[in-house]
Amino acid sequence: MATTDRLQPAPPARPRVVRERPPSGHARREARAGFLWIQPWLVGFLLFSIVPSGMALFLSFTNWSGGDLEWIGLENYVTIFTNDPIFWQSLKVTFIFVVLYLPLSLLVGFGLAMLMNQRFVGMTVFRTIYYLPSVLSGVAVTVLWGFVFHRDFGVINGVLALVGVEPIPWLNSQGWVIPAIVIMQLWAVGSSVVIYLGGLQSVPTELYEAASLDGAGWWQTLRAVTLPMMSPVILLQLILGLIGTFQIFTQAFIMTKGGPDYGSYFFSLYIYDVAFKELRLGYACALSMILFVTILLLTAVFLRTSNRWVYYAAEKRSS
Amino acid sequence: MTRSAGRGLTATSTYLVLGFGSILYLVPFLWMLSTSLKTQDQVYEFPIRWIPQPIDWANFVELFTVAPFLTYTVNTIIITVFGVFGSVVSSAAAAYGFARFRFRGRNALFLVMLSTMMVPIWVTIVPSYVVFSEIGWIDTYLPILVPAFFAAPFNTFLLRQFFLGIPLELDEAAKLDGAGSVRIFFTIILPLAKPALLIVGLFSFLLYWNEYMGPLIFLQSQDKFPLSLGISNFVSSQSQDFPMMMAAAMFAMIPCVLLFAVAQKQFIQGIVVTGVKG
Repeated sequence: MATTDRLQPAPPARPRVVRERPPSGHARREARAGFLWIQPWLVGFLLFSIVPSGMALFLSFTNWSGGDLEWIGLENYVTIFTNDPIFWQSLKVTFIFVVLYLPLSLLVGFGLAMLMNQRFVGMTVFRTIYYLPSVLSGVAVTVLWGFVFHRDFGVINGVLALVGVEPIPWLNSQGWVIPAIVIMQLWAVGSSVVIYLGGLQSVPTELYEAASLDGAGWWQTLRAVTLPMMSPVILLQLILGLIGTFQIFTQAFIMTKGGPDYGSYFFSLYIYDVAFKELRLGYACALSMILFVTILLLTAVFLRTSNRWVYYAAEKRSS
Repeated sequence: MTRSAGRGLTATSTYLVLGFGSILYLVPFLWMLSTSLKTQDQVYEFPIRWIPQPIDWANFVELFTVAPFLTYTVNTIIITVFGVFGSVVSSAAAAYGFARFRFRGRNALFLVMLSTMMVPIWVTIVPSYVVFSEIGWIDTYLPILVPAFFAAPFNTFLLRQFFLGIPLELDEAAKLDGAGSVRIFFTIILPLAKPALLIVGLFSFLLYWNEYMGPLIFLQSQDKFPLSLGISNFVSSQSQDFPMMMAAAMFAMIPCVLLFAVAQKQFIQGIVVTGVKG
């Protein structure tokens, strides 16, 4: 895939020991050995990715619900797009979440990294504090935040009450539930911070020196040096974030069950319910295909527009 | 080190912003710790009392009597041990294949592997469920653990990048001594790649310790539940006992926090490698 190629630039040519072209018998043996070594991935790829994906695609054209199976062509897809308000609701909620979360995680993550990328004492302490929550995940974190957001006894409303703010119905109102989940996810922004920090520290110092010789101010340096140099890292983080956030499940499944009134009914919750509660397996497969295509299309959009804002040092140098 | 942000900001304002943020980031932890040591009544106090009076340790003991937390913990350990072992071994082998052998289609396959990271788990989950129930794997750990032994793309990618950095001369020298690829793998690559293997192990630990969707979909009997599933069940049955809920959440987090405390450097190295150099 050419797109991934850009995402993960191939490593520089390996420093192979120079020698004549090996005899073909040797090459064949090497190829066979290499092929054997990658079997753990290749077999798993076939068994757990290709075969199930193919089955899902096939099932999405059927009305299968565990018993008899009937080919119904595009009917599932037609129903989904024309006659399924819950689908549109779940898509809407998921999009709102992604649109709120991705820019905020970039802003907070990058901002924190810039602050920590300074020669002040104690920055590693801050790095530890911000990074710690991101090694925690899943049910325990969700249970914790469910209580943090509690309307009557939660810590956020408890602290806000000290300054006279009325209790906010975080998880009990359609308007607040998505912001609440965004806040909860931002708690785990630490791994992005560390990645951005690593990126910032690998920006050559000479560039900053040159900028300062040219009399560039803080903002100009950010625009002309820091952001261009960091853009490949930012692109990768945005794409990985996109793929991850579109599949968000556990948080809403445990904290809100998708509520109130479908206010946090993410796409994955809908797939789960259709598949494992209603057992409409064909329909669930059609939904999952739509999720996949959505992620694929958005990733393609990111990559397509990326040559306008992503700077690849290697490409520029060679041209 | 650079002064990219430093120019516009003084040390004081940096400390103020980062310090205030740190408090926000630490509050949920302190809140959890504080609540887990309270009695039911103390939860309702206002303003919030951060250090409970008196401190009540009973919640942590009660966890093991009101719900089978010991069983949950043992199950989680079983899943995690096999999951970590399978992930490290299988991805190391696949990474070795990608890093050290020339064969037709290698680069194409490598790209295919990377692009599979984009396939949502939701695409494969329904067919997987169907197949696993056909072959009688439902309500066993097999649907969760067997895939662990088939190299995950992310881990394979990470290890391959690391293996590429190991000098090829070492392989060549061993080959001259008559070592085959298996011996080179075990005596040269693996020992030299210990830091990277540790990173994959750490990430896999977090993944399997917290694994929720697999158990939710494939397990049925309560005596097979891991902590994640046990806690979510426990919480939905105890919707008002907040101290117990916080004690349960904390209990599940402690191993991850401890691991972080001893291996912070490796964690940070690991994500920098995958996020920046990737």
